[in-house]
Amino acid sequence: MRYLPLGPSDRTEMLAKIGVDHIDDLFRDVPEGALLKQPVDLPRHASEMDVERQMTAFADKNIPAGSVPFFCGAGAYRHYVPSTVDYMIQRGEFLTAYTPYQPEISQGTLQTLFEFQTQVAQITGMEVSNASMYDGSTACGEAVLMARRASRKKRAILSGTLHPQYVDVVKCVTKFTDDVAVASPLDMFSVDALIDQIDDETSCVVVQNPDFFGNIQDYSKLAEALHARKALLIVVVTEVVSLGAVRSPGSMGADIVVCEGQSIGNGLSFGGPYVGLLATRQKYVRTMPGRVCGETVDADGKRGYVLTLSTREQHIRREKATSNICTNAGLCTLAFTIHMTLLGEKGFRHLARLNHAKAVMLADKLEAIDGVEVLNDSFFNEFTLALPMDAAEAIERLADVEVIGGVPLSRLYPHDPDMKNRMLVAVTETVTDNDMDRLVQELKELVNA
Amino acid sequence: MLNKQGRQTDVSTAAELGQNSFTTHSGNRGLEQDELLIYEIGDTVRTGVDLEDIPEVKDRLGGVTRDNEIGLAGLSEPEAMRHYTRLSRMNYAIDMGLYPLGSCTMKHNPRINEKVARLPGLGDIHPLQPVSTVQGALDLMDTLAHWLKTLTGMPAVAMSPKAGAHGELCGLMTIRAALDKRGENRSIVLAPESAHGTNPATATLCGYKVKAIPATDDGRVDLQALKDALGPEVAAIMLTNPNTCGLFERDIIEIAEAVHDAGGYFYCDGANFNAIVGKVRPGDLGVDAMHINLHKTFSTPHGGGGPGAGPVVLSKALAPFAPVPYVIAGAEEFDLVEHVERGSDSFGRMTAFHGQMGMNVRALAFMMSHGADGLARIAEDSVLNANYVMASLADVMTVSFEGPCMHECLFDDRFLAGTGVATLDFAKAMIDEGYHPMTMYFPLVVHGAMLIEPTESESKQSVDQFIGSLRHLVAEAKAGNKNLFSGAPYLAPLRRLDETLAARKPVLRWQKTD
Repeated sequence: MRYLPLGPSDRTEMLAKIGVDHIDDLFRDVPEGALLKQPVDLPRHASEMDVERQMTAFADKNIPAGSVPFFCGAGAYRHYVPSTVDYMIQRGEFLTAYTPYQPEISQGTLQTLFEFQTQVAQITGMEVSNASMYDGSTACGEAVLMARRASRKKRAILSGTLHPQYVDVVKCVTKFTDDVAVASPLDMFSVDALIDQIDDETSCVVVQNPDFFGNIQDYSKLAEALHARKALLIVVVTEVVSLGAVRSPGSMGADIVVCEGQSIGNGLSFGGPYVGLLATRQKYVRTMPGRVCGETVDADGKRGYVLTLSTREQHIRREKATSNICTNAGLCTLAFTIHMTLLGEKGFRHLARLNHAKAVMLADKLEAIDGVEVLNDSFFNEFTLALPMDAAEAIERLADVEVIGGVPLSRLYPHDPDMKNRMLVAVTETVTDNDMDRLVQELKELVNA
Repeated sequence: MLNKQGRQTDVSTAAELGQNSFTTHSGNRGLEQDELLIYEIGDTVRTGVDLEDIPEVKDRLGGVTRDNEIGLAGLSEPEAMRHYTRLSRMNYAIDMGLYPLGSCTMKHNPRINEKVARLPGLGDIHPLQPVSTVQGALDLMDTLAHWLKTLTGMPAVAMSPKAGAHGELCGLMTIRAALDKRGENRSIVLAPESAHGTNPATATLCGYKVKAIPATDDGRVDLQALKDALGPEVAAIMLTNPNTCGLFERDIIEIAEAVHDAGGYFYCDGANFNAIVGKVRPGDLGVDAMHINLHKTFSTPHGGGGPGAGPVVLSKALAPFAPVPYVIAGAEEFDLVEHVERGSDSFGRMTAFHGQMGMNVRALAFMMSHGADGLARIAEDSVLNANYVMASLADVMTVSFEGPCMHECLFDDRFLAGTGVATLDFAKAMIDEGYHPMTMYFPLVVHGAMLIEPTESESKQSVDQFIGSLRHLVAEAKAGNKNLFSGAPYLAPLRRLDETLAARKPVLRWQKTD
């Protein structure tokens, strides 16, 4: 067994030192009959080559995004991740380290977290950030609970154009507490309509920008209205690259910003692991969930970093903690930070503009197809398309000719007849002119058939 | 004295030979290199990527454009490579040495797992691409579920929880949903004093009040106190087994029966499943729900804090209440249930998409590599290593509880009495010996706890050297060599850090100063 260094003579010597005859003597506290006499009914151990072969067989039954023209988004985006990122996160010193509880021998992880927190605060336009959550959706749930602590009120209003799975996650995490999460109908997303919903019990309003259907809004007026009622504005960003081109939530007056950070540094990986960003204002720091890294000095006065403000956390505060989160998205934050450092201001802005320009190009081409309509007033790199046919069927037929054309909205709103003919189309820098032409050509044939 | 490689073990000699006799311009010491923040090295002009030119189009951003400078620092590729490589060298890691953090299971992370997670067919697939184009992914999830169910003897598993604590929440929500369906409004969750902090934090998130159950003198749950605490108000007990003292709960079956008799459920915190994998099935012990930390028992990398994965195995009674999504294996193909349909008892959705697929791939590769035979060996070797450490230190350190331990052994600070050395100092001195400290001050049930988990990944030579280092430190402490501890670490990239200052005046990001 290649992973297990102890050999038969080691075992014999060690059992002798312990003073028992047989390994099962060490399991003597297990109740009679519960200790298995035979191995469980699963295959025996396998060579590395064999394991690779078996895993490849699973992989070969899927169509990888990179092998076809590919336009799926809806909260997960395919971007090009520089090779340096993936090399670096596989260095054992990063990959095989634990949470940096011993700062003297964890400065590598801690300093990158400090850089991460700074980058997140900058792109969201906020003052501070924590050291990550599991993903954007769970970060959104945490933000709602945080707004309750910060406002001491318990009614959260969710915009109608918040990602439907994020709505589900917020409803789930508040299901068994006395918090109230009000999911608005789909047509309730305008600033004025949301302002009308605010009352004295409102802790926060949660909006997404660009919203689930791709539209971009300025939420400044909503922030003002909320602040007048001592409530918080939570802005969700599921495509973090948009922050290189779209006004930051911080500049609109957001109090908490949560993002799905996957787009920077992290692959699609069928939905996880991803990385949740959570940024806020300085005055709310002590109501934040999760780990936070801070600067300090060592005994010689040299600058260094530590995990701090841990009296908010479960391992100290237990049932009074701000969250139960322990393990977070450490390695995904590292990937995010390295990718963002490689991009820099210049690359990040360029990447955002490039995404947008390509999306505009494709939208123009698709709109030229008879019967196909782009429903957006504005968008970043993703927009909603209305087809003259069932969108889920269109996407299946496109897949038959090896084009993954987008996400049918019926998959997320299965009972809404208005969504039947609609789909989300996302365009990133990885999409080529040829990819666009293929989609346009195939879709044209489908809708004209 | 020389070590086996012929190196002087006397640190002061090394200092006389050079360190203090001249200054360096950079402040660096040979391979020990300091590194500034990216904001002090880079600027807003530099970049490490080349992107294609932006096609000219009329922008459709709706006028909500970002025009001010963000302030991001960029580095060219060679600078970025050097920056993060230098930082990486300031970390301790499993790849560098024994990592005895009790309760954390810091075992070897095989690289084949990394390799297969990056196969385009597994790493480069979108969670919402057509189900017909991801049949292999669903097959893989179903296969992993089969392994987990077989190993635990449980009939169902919820695959979407993203970490251990998320799994705990999943388990408790499942229980709460089942109780709601029964029309029972129970308000209390019992948890032993020795529980992980996540247990009470999770119970609160689920709307429960937590009541602590005391431990007996032998480090187990006080069965009588538990029975006294049970009643119609109790929804569940959350119990870690093997427990956080590294001990198997001998009365576990009786505990389960008592909880069930009182109408409650038994949630098992599976953080320590490593000790019994392949040897004991929690399903045989009366467990109703248990999360499994794939990043502990099944070796997905800890990555400096995550990501993890926390699938939850469930009893037949709880299975209908599991969250969406889940995979259904049909006769012809696999399908994915993503919505709570009318009439379903599922309590809802805990996360967007389908969970930690990347972790699932790594964990399954690890399981397949070991097989049924190798997984049982994991349990045996991890328990053997821990008992060997305990037996080899029992004469100089104070073992907290008699009898065999499981995969980790617990000491308290009685052996340091009168030395002026606290657990924290002792742990920091281990850093100078070249080790990551053990888990300190947890569990809370003994004074100055030191919880050591060597894992099955360590050879006898490695464990012997570790034992030697600890014996040496104990001897130094007892010899009154207090400075060796109070000022430790001396030889790490940094000396002891001022955590009070960090919390009192939080500096949580870099700021431009001019």
